[in-house]
Amino acid sequence: MNEIVFFINKVLVAGLVTGSIYAMGAVGVTLVFAILRFAHFAHGDLMTLGAFIAFALTAAFPHAGAIFGLPTAFVMLPAAMALTALLAIWIDGRFYRPLRERGAKPVVLVMASVGVTLMIQGLLRLFAGTGTRSMFIAERKDIFRIELPFELARRKIVITEPQILVILFAVVAAISLHWFLTRTRTGKAMRAMSDNPDLARLSGIDTQQVVRTTWIIAGSLAAAAGTLLSLDVALKPDMSFNILLPIFAAAIVGGVGQPYGAIAGGFLVGFAEVLSVFNWAILLRPFRPLLDGVVELPTHLAFVPTEYKLTVPFVILVAVLVWRPTGIFRGKVI
Amino acid sequence: MTTYRREIILFALLAILYGAVFTLFGAAYGLRMSVEALCYALVALGLTIQWGYAGLFNAGVMGFVAIGAFMTVLVSFPPNMAFWNSDMPARLGTVALYAIAGAALTWGATRLNRLGVPSRLRTLIAVMTGAAAWLVVSAALDPVARDIERQAGFIGGFGLPVLLGWVAGGAAAGAVAWFVGRICLGLRSDYLAIATLGIAEIVKALLKNADWLTKGTLTVSPLPWPVPTPEQVGFIWGRALYLALMATLVVVAWALLERAWRAPWGRMMRAIRDNETAAAAMGKNVNRRRLEIFVLGSVLMGAGGAALITFTRIFDPAGFLPLNHTFLIWVMIILGGAGSNLGAVFGALFVYVVWVMSEPAALLLFDAVREAGQAWFGWQAPADLDSRALQARVFVIGLTITLVLRYAPAGLIPEKATMQAPRPSAREKN
Repeated sequence: MNEIVFFINKVLVAGLVTGSIYAMGAVGVTLVFAILRFAHFAHGDLMTLGAFIAFALTAAFPHAGAIFGLPTAFVMLPAAMALTALLAIWIDGRFYRPLRERGAKPVVLVMASVGVTLMIQGLLRLFAGTGTRSMFIAERKDIFRIELPFELARRKIVITEPQILVILFAVVAAISLHWFLTRTRTGKAMRAMSDNPDLARLSGIDTQQVVRTTWIIAGSLAAAAGTLLSLDVALKPDMSFNILLPIFAAAIVGGVGQPYGAIAGGFLVGFAEVLSVFNWAILLRPFRPLLDGVVELPTHLAFVPTEYKLTVPFVILVAVLVWRPTGIFRGKVI
Repeated sequence: MTTYRREIILFALLAILYGAVFTLFGAAYGLRMSVEALCYALVALGLTIQWGYAGLFNAGVMGFVAIGAFMTVLVSFPPNMAFWNSDMPARLGTVALYAIAGAALTWGATRLNRLGVPSRLRTLIAVMTGAAAWLVVSAALDPVARDIERQAGFIGGFGLPVLLGWVAGGAAAGAVAWFVGRICLGLRSDYLAIATLGIAEIVKALLKNADWLTKGTLTVSPLPWPVPTPEQVGFIWGRALYLALMATLVVVAWALLERAWRAPWGRMMRAIRDNETAAAAMGKNVNRRRLEIFVLGSVLMGAGGAALITFTRIFDPAGFLPLNHTFLIWVMIILGGAGSNLGAVFGALFVYVVWVMSEPAALLLFDAVREAGQAWFGWQAPADLDSRALQARVFVIGLTITLVLRYAPAGLIPEKATMQAPRPSAREKN
């Protein structure tokens, strides 16, 4: 039983948390892909930027969280999301729209977004340094240890407060996104523009409005994902390129332009990462007495060493591009 | 008749810039900078044909540079006798045999449908065979790798001539490019950027952590040179000889590319880039041609990276940075002019000087800021201000990319419209 509890701690909880973060990032990437038709390389740094805004707000009001009984950074999340969304719209107007209006190829926009990602990185490091910080300034991270009502399970299920918040936030975000896309006028306009931009324009849809909404959703989800990730682990200024690959893999696996696909892809990539670095030998431990002398069980049995975790999203990406370039949910290829 | 006034003026300015560096910092330093700039020029030529000739966005130049550098270490570093005199080569060979057997079994499993196995079942069997083979091979490699690290450090090189190492570096980079290109070309253009970004990070992780193969973060040095080293003939002469070698290589590469560009092959490439549909309708195999140019560009990058790391004499996998080895090169080619070989060489030589000089300049500037801040506002500067000053250059690189893309998409030395083909003047060039 202890082994199963260990499995829950290491795989189920970790997979749900990683998956939620990736899903929130991938939804933004896939929406930008669908509406603006380019791979937004600055998304990882948009996440870092949002996390730093939340950190700055937390540092300004370190005791605000105590009123609600939540981590301060989480209380500051709405403000950080709004600010990041505004910044995303501003970045679009400064750096992407002029290129779009000139009729540049998507790949030029990809490059412009690389330029933007370097600018954000440079500014963050200039003003905040390169060190790692904790998002908890005036409080401590709550850790819950849940005892199981079984005799055999002596280990406890361990889950931290940020982890619970990540999972809950992702669920709420997914439901509100669904409601927005299917029930509101702007949401429907977005789906129309994603399906056929020319037809959408002809039917009188305000494309500027749709582009703005896209950046609001992408920017605020990125800020939320970045903040929640740094609440769970720590605030690092250099996560962008490492998180970019899993997010893109998730968006492509789910089918480009498919928000639900991106959510599914995010969890798929998250769980694949966790499962492939998990030490499977632990699950075989109970069978050791049975197999003694027959087969020697290794003490460490993982598909990928932790240092090579990044290969997992890459392999998933390659597999999808080879066998099903449209992704699971049949996204756009052009 | 095209005139070359712009090129002559720009290169004259460049010569003045390099002359200033030589007089201010001395010949040894100036030579070092020129050699490094020429190595970058070779990489930039590789990138400019990918981006300028074919419009392929390679976001992982660093990966190809690192592959080239590693191959030159493997081929030309002196052999490690502590490794060869033990039983470890044999054990490593056994692991290699396991790997070959595993690969063959997996490949065989993918062919099972020929024997009448349903294709779904075949896929399942193939995936499971592959996973099992992978686990067995990595389990077999682990103890061998650990023993090599403990007893011999790493496997060392083969002690072959350095230039052979550069060729091998180019070939290995080309092989990886072929693999990536086969998968991604023909899908949307952004996918290649994503995949190359991923492969660069994976190559770096591999080189950093496979200590038995690369010595990892312990670094390998001193790397042998293809010309007499500074210890044998002194700094100035050693570097001058290296400079001559690199200058020859860059000029040869440039002349060959220029010739190819004017040949029917170059015309076909331009046709594909400018109007893919029309080129395909004329019977050109667009994806195949793109793959060709992607591999060719990566070969140049691998060779350039090998030359660069050989010159620094130290192979440090942690020293490969996306900023220095991918985005700096991007700035070089888009500033120089995409699709213009002369522009790429000019961009590499110019941007590299500016980049190197920006380090002391940034430190000086931030020192001034610190002084002023303390004197006027009593501002206590953070302790890591110097490292932050260097990071500020990241911002400048990003700003340059976005500004050039927006205001001067053709670069400083734009691609010249060549002879025969009358081209539409209002063509969007990016």
